[in-house]
Amino acid sequence: MRKDIRYKITTFLFVLPSLFVFVNVVIIPFLMGIIYSFTDWDGFAFKGSSFVGLKNYISAFTDQKFITSFWLTAKYTICMVALVNIVGLGLALLVTSKIKTKTLLRGVYFLPNLIGGLILGFIWKFVFTKFFVQLGEVTKTSKFFFNWLDNPTAAFWALVTVGVWQMAGYVMVIYIAAIESIPTDIMEAADIDGANSVTKLRKIILPLISQAFTISLFITCSNSFKQYDTNLSLTNGGPFGSTELITMNIFQTAFGYNKYVIAQAKAIIFFFVIMVITMLQVYLTKKKEVEMQ
Amino acid sequence: MKARANISRLLIILGWLFAVLTLFPIYIMITNSFKGRAEIFTDTIGLPQSIDFTYYANAIQKMDFFRAFLNSLTITVASIFFIIIFSSMAAWALVRNKSKTSSFIFFLLVSTMLIPFQAVMIPLMQYMSGWSIKSINFSMIDTFYGLIFMYIGFGTSLSVFLYHGFIKGVPVSLEEAAMIDGCNRFQTFWRIVFPTLKPISVTVAILNVIWMWNDYLLPSLVLRSPKLRTIPLSTFYFFGEFTIQWNLAMAGLVLTIIPVIIFYLLSQRYIIKGVMEGAVK
Repeated sequence: MRKDIRYKITTFLFVLPSLFVFVNVVIIPFLMGIIYSFTDWDGFAFKGSSFVGLKNYISAFTDQKFITSFWLTAKYTICMVALVNIVGLGLALLVTSKIKTKTLLRGVYFLPNLIGGLILGFIWKFVFTKFFVQLGEVTKTSKFFFNWLDNPTAAFWALVTVGVWQMAGYVMVIYIAAIESIPTDIMEAADIDGANSVTKLRKIILPLISQAFTISLFITCSNSFKQYDTNLSLTNGGPFGSTELITMNIFQTAFGYNKYVIAQAKAIIFFFVIMVITMLQVYLTKKKEVEMQ
Repeated sequence: MKARANISRLLIILGWLFAVLTLFPIYIMITNSFKGRAEIFTDTIGLPQSIDFTYYANAIQKMDFFRAFLNSLTITVASIFFIIIFSSMAAWALVRNKSKTSSFIFFLLVSTMLIPFQAVMIPLMQYMSGWSIKSINFSMIDTFYGLIFMYIGFGTSLSVFLYHGFIKGVPVSLEEAAMIDGCNRFQTFWRIVFPTLKPISVTVAILNVIWMWNDYLLPSLVLRSPKLRTIPLSTFYFFGEFTIQWNLAMAGLVLTIIPVIIFYLLSQRYIIKGVMEGAVK
């Protein structure tokens, strides 16, 4: 009996440091955030703030800029999910085929992923504002190569380009892991049966890496939705606020306009969207697993 | 057979084409960090006429680069040290002690991985600024230990999750033998269990390094004194100030990337393995 209590105490001591920090950094602020979003807190002492019901949420939903940046983020996410996965899978197929120097190539493709989004954005800012302009002048293709960051539509695609450049290598790694786990005898059997590369890809590789698809789609989806750093360094929301993604809108509402509670309401909405996407993904994965059995 | 050789040649060309495309912005950045103002204006694409490190010397000074590097290093190393110790301990206790409380704590940790940083940042700053004792100069805001504390908090979920998954596959028999030999639980953990966790510890460390080293938003909110700036922070202020001087700005960016490249070259194998494990879970 005494041993049992001692066991419980030591277990508690083992979990305590993590739990203490975690509760204070994540759980308490998160709960505070939910409460704050229903009050008229002014950013200073919480004492004296009063409950205002859904007022902040109504303000958020009637904020045209928020709605715009929400849809822009959705559009950005869709483009990113499609392009990152196409490029990432393409690269993975390339470096798992029997070519020389594939290890080196893998290393190169993955590299941008290690450089932070903020710094990547700055590098590309130079590429778009200086290199593109000059390339357009020299090759007389200034219809396509101009300063993308000066034009709302092009600036959006500039964000997507940099995003794909950054994330494709990451997704590639996931696909490589899946492709390499396909048993070699299956591929050999296909070779003996005379299957060509396209058939092998369609009938063997793609169905067998379906789990990697779900993972990669989900990761690109949630990462694109949460994109902030590249947005800040590359376009900073411009030109004319046309590329302000949702995270930047939340940040601006809070620290630019000091409307903390409205920003907090927006952040809670943002959290719900991410949660719904994740639930959907988990549901779809489960469903697929059942179908496979 | 000949067709196959052609396809393979085509793939190699394609592969290198992509590699060049990937590295091209980095090439542009490096070459232009050596060019004078006029040269950038007339020729962004070519190699620089002369290799001149003036802009580097200038950027090092203006960014306070070595201080920023040391700051980033201190924060990253300290946070990861504590994350590894705390998370492995917690995960081990949660796996070995099967109870409703254990599964609840684990569930809590995992489910909060969904919470985006934006949803907690405003109250977190408010809450943490309340943790201050003026008389002994204790404050969570604008101090390294404050930021490290928050990094441990944000890093805990994924790290405990990864350790949890790994420890489930570690047999208990060794631990039981150690207990019979008279080790208490702390000794058992540190002497027997922790060494066996090395592979997953490397993964946890790498995933956290990539995240923390590049993180901008959290330190930008917590750290206010210019002296405490990390590399992303000092890059941000530096770039904002010198965008017109592109060569200087590019030299600054090259400096920030050098440590990342060195880290990558030294531990590429572990990095790719770590990212695979982190993603699949």
